[in-house]
Amino acid sequence: MHRLSAIVARGLRRTYGGTTALDGIDLDVRPGTVRGLLGPNGAGKTTAVRILTTLLRPTGGRAEVAGFDVVTHPRQVRRSIGLVGQHAAVDEQLTGRQNLELFGRLSRLGAKAARARAAELLERVGLDHAGPVSAYSGGMRRRLDLAAGLILAPSVLFLDEPTTGLDPRSRADLWRAVRELAAGGTTVLLTTQYLEEADQLADRITVVDAGRVVAEGTPGELKARLGGERLVVVVRDAERLAQAAAIVGRATSAAPEVDQDTRRVSAGVGTEGVRVLTAALTALSEAGIEAEDVTLRRPTLDEVFLDLTGGDAR
Amino acid sequence: MTAVPVTEGPLRRLGLALADGWTVARRDLIHWANQPMTVVFGVLFPVMITLAFGYLFGGAVDVPAGADYFAFLMPGMYGMTMLFGLGSTMVAVATDASRGVTDRFRSLPMAPSAVLVGRAVADLLHSVLVLAGMLACGLAVGWRPATLSGALGAAGLLLLLRFALLWAGIYLGLVTRDPGAVTAVQTLEFPIGFLSNAFVAPSTMPGWLGAVAEWNPLSSTVAAARELFGNPGWGGDSWIARNAVPMAVVWPLVITAVFFVLAVRRHQRLDR
Ligand SMILES: Nc1ncnc2c1ncn2[C@@H]1O[C@H](COP(=O)(O)OP(=O)(O)O)[C@@H](O)[C@H]1O
Ligand SMILES: [Mg+2]
Repeated sequence: MHRLSAIVARGLRRTYGGTTALDGIDLDVRPGTVRGLLGPNGAGKTTAVRILTTLLRPTGGRAEVAGFDVVTHPRQVRRSIGLVGQHAAVDEQLTGRQNLELFGRLSRLGAKAARARAAELLERVGLDHAGPVSAYSGGMRRRLDLAAGLILAPSVLFLDEPTTGLDPRSRADLWRAVRELAAGGTTVLLTTQYLEEADQLADRITVVDAGRVVAEGTPGELKARLGGERLVVVVRDAERLAQAAAIVGRATSAAPEVDQDTRRVSAGVGTEGVRVLTAALTALSEAGIEAEDVTLRRPTLDEVFLDLTGGDAR
Repeated sequence: MTAVPVTEGPLRRLGLALADGWTVARRDLIHWANQPMTVVFGVLFPVMITLAFGYLFGGAVDVPAGADYFAFLMPGMYGMTMLFGLGSTMVAVATDASRGVTDRFRSLPMAPSAVLVGRAVADLLHSVLVLAGMLACGLAVGWRPATLSGALGAAGLLLLLRFALLWAGIYLGLVTRDPGAVTAVQTLEFPIGFLSNAFVAPSTMPGWLGAVAEWNPLSSTVAAARELFGNPGWGGDSWIARNAVPMAVVWPLVITAVFFVLAVRRHQRLDR
């Protein structure tokens, strides 16, 4: 195993009865980096997080977090990690402060330090609401949950779909918090269904589908996998779409994709983007085809993702 | 952030585990302080049922010769109150499990036993409170224990039953993990109560039903409480009816032995 990794997994498997939730996952996350675990619903993200946070035993393979085996040394692992689960795991009948004090005491900080830590974290996540959590909004619960995950100033923080169901503002707040933590040296493993989120936050992304790793790399590397830039032309007159496709195909020497509904023709251009673009535009105008919009762009992570997971995702 | 000693002696570990257990129990005490009305209603609920039974049905039920209905009813209601605890323990455990609070606890470097110890201590304290309210209600409607020592013994047996049901509640709560499903168990509490000697004499029930009622653990506790409080009971010449006091100890110990093991195993295997 890699000595320098904050999280290591080798062949991690988990079955529930007949269902295989994880089908052999390998992970190496370097300390102080943010790893995105990206995958559609049911990919096995939560199962992976639960195993890495000692809540669930793997049925195969092994994993180390902060240098300790999650099965044989769960207690040592728990001293080094923070967990923000998919649903806010806080006591509804306590106030935010009482929740944090409770978790601080149970983290064995002692009563006095637990009180001080609760106050510090409430301020940090911007919660000064006095009432019970049952009266909190979704965003406030998330922030409290995050604070609960930070009680022990963990070296490895797990966030399971932290922004699912949050309004844009709360999501931006959470993203900022993750960036601050990463800047402070915390290793973060974050699961998400949102490509944009992984792109924004993660140093490296591991794409999972049906319990397997289907790709891994930096956001840039994953995008590069689709083969460089793409030329996209939106044709004004739908009647001439086929003709435009033929022209674009000739200019790019690639098989273009045609979308009738949006009158869009697109094709990969390799590294010759600007030259191909000019040639295609000249040929189109010579043929008297009017382009409504022309762009040269790198593929979005959505496209990478659809490509990697066989297209049944979002 | 803190340097927790990695090697702890067994005594220190026990001390830390007990402290963790108390911290978890204390959470419920904070709930009570936050929502005192919940506690008040928790006490008032059995009181209101008692008054309803006593004043509405009191005239219609045959009571042992010459006895006042409340003198007979109260020990039955004390027993019922302990039985109601089963549902509240289940709700608390299932709520924590379904909301992820149990997982949050399990992800902390605390003693894993504290989750169960805390629940047990908190629920027992709650039952002491509710039983005290019920005893006060009994005194208010004219029920009287014969001796203080007898009364303490009876209260002890009632709480022993509650202690046993606590482990059943923890186990069932961990198994269902769904606070909604608890309603099913709660609706069973009354039939279990009616199938006992709490309200009517088992001898008036059809043969086999009467036998079931007599062997109902609740019946042993209620009969023992009547005996120790010095209140009128149904008597009965079956073996189980004649050995109410020892059986009021044996039944809860058997229930505890079974469900304590089941609950602890279920809790330890939450990661399976
Ligand atoms: N407790 C469980 N019992 C049975 N199947 C489960 C359980 N938890 C998860 N699964 C199954 O395992 C697969 C992965 O689930 P999960 O890890 O929750 O995925 P994700 O978090 O990526 O949505 C899914 O098919 C899910 O139905
Ligand atoms: Mg999930």
